[in-house]
Amino acid sequence: MNLAFTSEIGQLTLEHLTLVLVSMAVAIALALPAGILITRRDAWRPWVLGFANVVQTVPSLALFGFLIPVPLIGGIGKRTAIVALVLYALLPILRNTLAGILGVDSAVRESAIAMGMTGGQLLWRVELPLAARTILAGIRVATVSTIGTATIAAAIGGGGLGVFIFRGIASVDTAQILAGAVPAACIALAADGALGLIERRWRTP
Amino acid sequence: MSAVVEFRAACYRIGTREILKNLTLSVAAGETLVLLGRSGSGKTTALKMVNGLLFPSAGEVLVDGTATTAWDPVRLKRRIGYVIQEVGLFPHYTVAGNIGLVPQLEHWDEPRIAARVDALLREVGLAPEQFGARYPSQLSGGQRQRVGVARALAADPSVLLFDEPFGAADPVTRLELQKQFLALRRELGKTAIFVTHDVREALLLATRIALLRDGALEELATPRKLMQSAGQEARAFLACLDWSADTL
Repeated sequence: MNLAFTSEIGQLTLEHLTLVLVSMAVAIALALPAGILITRRDAWRPWVLGFANVVQTVPSLALFGFLIPVPLIGGIGKRTAIVALVLYALLPILRNTLAGILGVDSAVRESAIAMGMTGGQLLWRVELPLAARTILAGIRVATVSTIGTATIAAAIGGGGLGVFIFRGIASVDTAQILAGAVPAACIALAADGALGLIERRWRTP
Repeated sequence: MSAVVEFRAACYRIGTREILKNLTLSVAAGETLVLLGRSGSGKTTALKMVNGLLFPSAGEVLVDGTATTAWDPVRLKRRIGYVIQEVGLFPHYTVAGNIGLVPQLEHWDEPRIAARVDALLREVGLAPEQFGARYPSQLSGGQRQRVGVARALAADPSVLLFDEPFGAADPVTRLELQKQFLALRRELGKTAIFVTHDVREALLLATRIALLRDGALEELATPRKLMQSAGQEARAFLACLDWSADTL
């Protein structure tokens, strides 16, 4: 294996992690409140879920491409890549937030309301703690898939480990493809393991 | 005696379906009014109108002389205890956490909450040092229901509502819970409204029984009077008492 990669691996891994962390932070900040909102507004539910579903069905390479000509969020580079990754990560978080909260035992919810909990107290003291595991599972799925999808960011100049992969494909150089794919797989496994550990800690007694 | 809860021509409709028709009824301080009826007779609907989980489509329900619609919804619910068949304990809180929740929401200080939780656990026959730190999943059905009663009593409510609270218990446990209920009533003298379809339970616990049929009040009488009633629905319920003895 060409030793010239080694310094590049470190830098591209860092870029890759940045793409994933920023995208996940934004996706959680959007999907979690939206998921909570659609537990309160039945009428909005099909629209919000429908949007996230449709986004999910667009092939990832195409989605990155579609965003390039879009003003403000588009263009070549990291910002466009992050927008695309955020859009992809929305659905699992949204769906699990909805499922987690709606899955709270109706007797428990009725008791909470009958005890005179306000809407906020019901959410923070009852619904979110009881839905936490399910929501976390959604975040875990979204994170692992974002780590993989982020390799495509390189196609539109977003950087990350995908740079190796695309370069390797272009020059038919398996070593370069592996230099991108192996670290990406390792990050995905590590993230899955770490989030899985947190999820298990969140067990209801 | 002043009426703590008063139904004034209260109706409840869903679409064109009348769940509750013109219920007029008052519950005096310290009494246990049992709402007895078959499934779908409107008894749970009537109960939920007292703490503002439902509001009448027409007429009104008064609690301490004020219509439920005029109450602040949170204040109304906090002064009324509510016990349901499924109990609805919070699985992520300990027994002590469950019982102390309303006092906590009411900003009592910690030592006062702890003392209250201990007293209530003893009141319902559970040793605080043994049960306080347990989670609901570590309790039997009967114990859970006792904790549910303790939780409803926590902030010293003026009225208690029971929706078939002992319906899911086995017969032996149910009798224990019913005896406990009577003991608590003697001791605390709380006003209670109790929904059941079990005529034996109604006769055992009630000071007065309101018999509902298809959303309408059929009879309102003391257990003793109801036993002698010639009313068709009352007879139908009373027949449940001795049918099994007769057939054997």
